[in-house]
Amino acid sequence: MEILDFYADWCGPCQMMKPTMEEFEKAHPEIQVTAVNIDEQEELAEKYEVSSIPCIVVLKDGEEVRRAVGVQSLKKLEKLVA
Amino acid sequence: MKYDVIIVGAGIAGLTAAIYVRRAEKSVLVLEGKVPGGQIINTLTIENWPGDMGVSGAELMQKIQKQATELGAEIEMEEVMEITKLNEGFKVITEDGEYTAGAVILAVGAEDKKLDLAREDELVGRGVSYCATCDGAFYKDKNVAVIGGGNTALYDALYLADIAAKVYVVHRRGEFRGDARLVEKLQHKNNVEFVLGYVPEELVGDKNVSGVKLKASGMVDEAEDERVLDIDGVFVAVGKKPQTERFMGLVELDDNGYVIASENCETSCYGIYAAGDCRTKTVRQLVTAAGDGAVATAGALDFLANKKK
Repeated sequence: MEILDFYADWCGPCQMMKPTMEEFEKAHPEIQVTAVNIDEQEELAEKYEVSSIPCIVVLKDGEEVRRAVGVQSLKKLEKLVA
Repeated sequence: MKYDVIIVGAGIAGLTAAIYVRRAEKSVLVLEGKVPGGQIINTLTIENWPGDMGVSGAELMQKIQKQATELGAEIEMEEVMEITKLNEGFKVITEDGEYTAGAVILAVGAEDKKLDLAREDELVGRGVSYCATCDGAFYKDKNVAVIGGGNTALYDALYLADIAAKVYVVHRRGEFRGDARLVEKLQHKNNVEFVLGYVPEELVGDKNVSGVKLKASGMVDEAEDERVLDIDGVFVAVGKKPQTERFMGLVELDDNGYVIASENCETSCYGIYAAGDCRTKTVRQLVTAAGDGAVATAGALDFLANKKK
């Protein structure tokens, strides 16, 4: 399982979510989390049709299985990958 | 778990209250169901918070949150479902559990009103947005519509006019409620079109928004019965509503849903205080919300002290 974490430097909610994401990564070393800056990696944001951030896309074998838009709590992140 | 004070909402009112409770050496739990930091985190530059010119909302709220937790406040990301009065104190039921508190501070804030259209929730993040400064960048050289006639809608339209190819401003009346100065600025933008006398009826598009169907509001004679705008994004700016529905039976609310409380933050229920944007007040600003946090805490501490006598 893999997570794409779409964010931007100007996105307040993304900044508020950062500590939660860090906590999640610590709790789940087995899950690869890739932070995607949508200003620098436009093509990736376009590929996944991301038009609101923060946006978490969960991939399984490279395929999107779940997605969540907006700030997520640690518990909600856990549910996304459960 | 029992706390002296439970605060519902981790915006500036709630977190300021938490700081004050901890300074009085009482135990405090802050419960937040959505985004910690409140509405201000979507503001990039704040110029009316004293002492920190130009700070971003997210940066300011992270600082305040850190200050509260360093002083010993506990913060949990749990949505409060119900609060009931006990013989002594209150029971606070969340999506994950139950807590009791000697006193409660409601600092639940306000959230964006929705259009109440079919599939609106499903299309959030796929063309429907409630925050131009958050999502505007995704609409570079695309066509968008802003729905609303107040200052927020006008500011959003101005912001988007510099990014998008075309900005429609849809409002049900023939005149805007917002400042004339902003309307004038928009009139000078050659990619902004006012669509007056219409209300949105349907979001068009399968996976993503590709248009919005409008119908005449009946308030502007020249408006046609129906109109369809081909757009990639709809920015909703039709006002805010307080997040107080759940507390209807607990405290008195006014017709718009605001908790009835005066400057002392006391509600109709003894032991429950209201702070920030969720209460009836005239000036809803960061500083007044922070002020409420202090006042509500003073009330709550007083309540706790008197109860023990």
